[in-house]
Amino acid sequence: MNIGVSVQNVTKDYYMGSEVVRALRGVSFDVPEGDYVAIMGASGSGKSTLLNLLGCLDHPTSGKILLDGENVAEASDDRLAELRASKIGFVFQSFNLIPQLTVLENIEVPLYYQRRLSPKERARCKELAAMVGLGERLNHRPTQLSGGQQQRVAIARALVNDPIFILADEPTGNLDSVTTEEIMTLFDELNRQGKTIILVTHEPDVGRRARRIIRLRDGKIESITDNPTSRSLRMDTVTN
Amino acid sequence: MLVLWIRTFQLGVKSLMLHPLRSLLTVLGIFIGVASVIWLLAIGEGISRKAQEQIESLGATNIIIRSIKPPSEQIQSSGLLLQYGITRADYERLVSTIPTITRAVRIRELRQRFSYGGRMVDGRLVGCTPEYKDIVRLEIDRGRFIEDADLEDLKNYCVLAAGTAERLFPFEDPIGKVIRIEEQYYVVVGVCKPKMPSAGIGGSFAAQDFSSDVYIPITTLWWRIGDVIFTRRAGSLEAEQVELSQITLQVDKTENVISTADVVKATLARYHPTEDYGVTVPLELLEQARITRMMFMIFMGLIAGISLVVGGIGIMNIMLATVTERTREIGIRRALGAKRRDIIRQFLVETVVLSTLGGITGILVGFTCPLLSEAIMGALQILMPRVYGSLPEIVRTMRPVIVPSSVPLAFGIAVAVGIIFGLYPARRAANMDPIEALRHE
Repeated sequence: MNIGVSVQNVTKDYYMGSEVVRALRGVSFDVPEGDYVAIMGASGSGKSTLLNLLGCLDHPTSGKILLDGENVAEASDDRLAELRASKIGFVFQSFNLIPQLTVLENIEVPLYYQRRLSPKERARCKELAAMVGLGERLNHRPTQLSGGQQQRVAIARALVNDPIFILADEPTGNLDSVTTEEIMTLFDELNRQGKTIILVTHEPDVGRRARRIIRLRDGKIESITDNPTSRSLRMDTVTN
Repeated sequence: MLVLWIRTFQLGVKSLMLHPLRSLLTVLGIFIGVASVIWLLAIGEGISRKAQEQIESLGATNIIIRSIKPPSEQIQSSGLLLQYGITRADYERLVSTIPTITRAVRIRELRQRFSYGGRMVDGRLVGCTPEYKDIVRLEIDRGRFIEDADLEDLKNYCVLAAGTAERLFPFEDPIGKVIRIEEQYYVVVGVCKPKMPSAGIGGSFAAQDFSSDVYIPITTLWWRIGDVIFTRRAGSLEAEQVELSQITLQVDKTENVISTADVVKATLARYHPTEDYGVTVPLELLEQARITRMMFMIFMGLIAGISLVVGGIGIMNIMLATVTERTREIGIRRALGAKRRDIIRQFLVETVVLSTLGGITGILVGFTCPLLSEAIMGALQILMPRVYGSLPEIVRTMRPVIVPSSVPLAFGIAVAVGIIFGLYPARRAANMDPIEALRHE
C-alpha cells in the first residue's frame, strides 16, 4: 500500500510577542492511500495547527511532512500553492464557496489555478456536480442553496483536482443532524471508491465514521486507534 | 493562456457587478480625466490649425500696415477736413530704405455703392495694383485682373468679386458691361472666384470679407475720386483725406520678418504723431496663437491631471475596501491553490477593467468636443457677452479637431492609472496570510 501522507516528528511553534506557543510537539503518523482518518481533540490540542500543516497552508517549525514523497517543510510559498491546487481537496466547516460564482464555476476554481480550463474539464465538473446530487443546479449561486447543498458543492470542488487526500475541517459543524448524516454518507461512499480522507473534528459521532482515530492532546498524539464501529458500519452497508 | 485572461476578465466584471453603483461612481474621475485629455488635445489642435489658417491667408512673410481713423478725442485738426492714415510718402520711404522688403503692395479702399441697371450693391471699392491678386490670393474666374498697363493709362476698368458679380448680374455675363460707381462708369474686365473671408487685421475685429468687392487700378481711383471723401452725417458734411488704406510688405525671409517689422514701426512712428495706422505681423499671430494654445493646454492639462489623480485615488480607495471586504474569498482562493501573483492578477484586472471603462466612456464623450464647445461658445455669447468678448479672437473662432493619436494616448493613460493605483491594493490582497484570511468573518 502506498503512503499518501507521512508526518514525521513535526513540531510547530508560534511566537506571540516574546512568548513561544508550542502548538505541536513532535507528531508522527502515516496516512496510507485509501485510508479514512479522523483527527480529534479538544480545542487547543493542536488540531487546527496540524490541519494547516497537512493543508500546505503553513510550514512546520521542524520535522517532515511528505506528500507523495515530497517534503512540504522545504517547499516555497509558490510550491505550496501548487501542492494545494493539485494534491489536496479542502472541505471547510463554513463551506467557503465564492458567492459571486455559480455552482459550476465554484467547482472549477482549483482547475483555474492549475490552468486546466478545457471543455473536457468542464464536462468533468458537471459530472462531479451530478455525482453529489446537484446536476440540476449548475447555474445557481451559493446563496440559493441550502447548507447541505453548499457542502456538496464544496465536496465536488475538493474532488475536481483528483487529490491524494481530502482534508475536511469540521465538515458538518454548520449542518443539522439529517444533513450531517447525508454528508457523512457521501464521505463513506467516497472512501469506498478509494479516496483518502482526513477528517478533523471534535464531534465523536462524526469521528466514529472513520477507520482510524488520531487523538491529540497538548500538541502530542495521545492515541491512534482502529475504529471497529466504522468497519461494522461498512460491513452493514455492504450486506445491505 | 488566453483562456485564463478571459476567465480573469469575466471574474473581474462579475465581482464589479456586485456593486454596480459603486463601480460607476469610481469610474467618474477617470472618465473626466480622459475626456479632458481628448478635449485638451482637440482644442490645442483647433487653435494651432486656426493660427495656421490665418497665417496662410495673410502670408507668413507679410507685414500689413493699415490706416486707422483715430478716436475723435485725438483729432487735432479742426474744421471740416479730417486727415489721417498712411501716405504715398510713407510708402516711398519704406520701399526705398528697407532692403529686406521684396515687394510692396498698396491699396486704397472705400465703401461705395455699385449699380448696374436697376440693381445696386453696397460694397468695398479697392484701388489696387496687379500684385494685390497674389497677395490676397484672388483667383480669376473669367476675364482678367487689373494689369500694369491699366494703371499707366488710368483705365476705367474694374474686376468684380464673385458676390458682387452675382448680385449685379444674376442673369448676364458681366464681362464687357459697364457699371456705375458714384457718378463714374467702369467697364468690367474680369470676375473673381468666391473667396473665404480671412482673419481680421489691424485692430479691426471683423474678418475681411471679399465677397462684395470691386477692384480698379489705384491710379484711376486717385485721379477720378481723389484722396478726399465727403460723407453726409447727421445733417453735417464731413470730409476725410486718406491717401492709402493699406500697404502689404513682403519680406525676403521669415527670419527677417520681426526685425523688418520693428524698422517699419520705427519709421512710421517718426512721421505719425497720432496713432492713425496699425501694423499687423501675421507671424506675431502665430506667436500669440502659440501662447494661447499653451495656456489652454496647461489649463486643461491641469484639469486632466488632477481628475486622473483623484480618480486613481478613488479607485485605490474602493479597491482597498473591496480587498478587506473579500478577505475570505482571498483566503479560499489561496487555499484552493492561488499563488500570490494569481491574486495580484485578479485584483489588477478588476482595477484595469474599472479604469478602462472610464477611459472608453471618456473617449466617447471626448468625441463630442467639437459639438459641445460650439454649444458652450454659443451659450457664452448669449448669457455672458462680456466674457465672450474678452476671449481672444482665435479662441472664439477656432473649431476643436480630434487628434487621432489622442485616442490611444487617453486609453493608455486610463490603463496606466488602473495599474498604478491598483497595484497597492492588489499586493495587499496577495500578501494576506491564507490562514488568517480563511478565518476572517
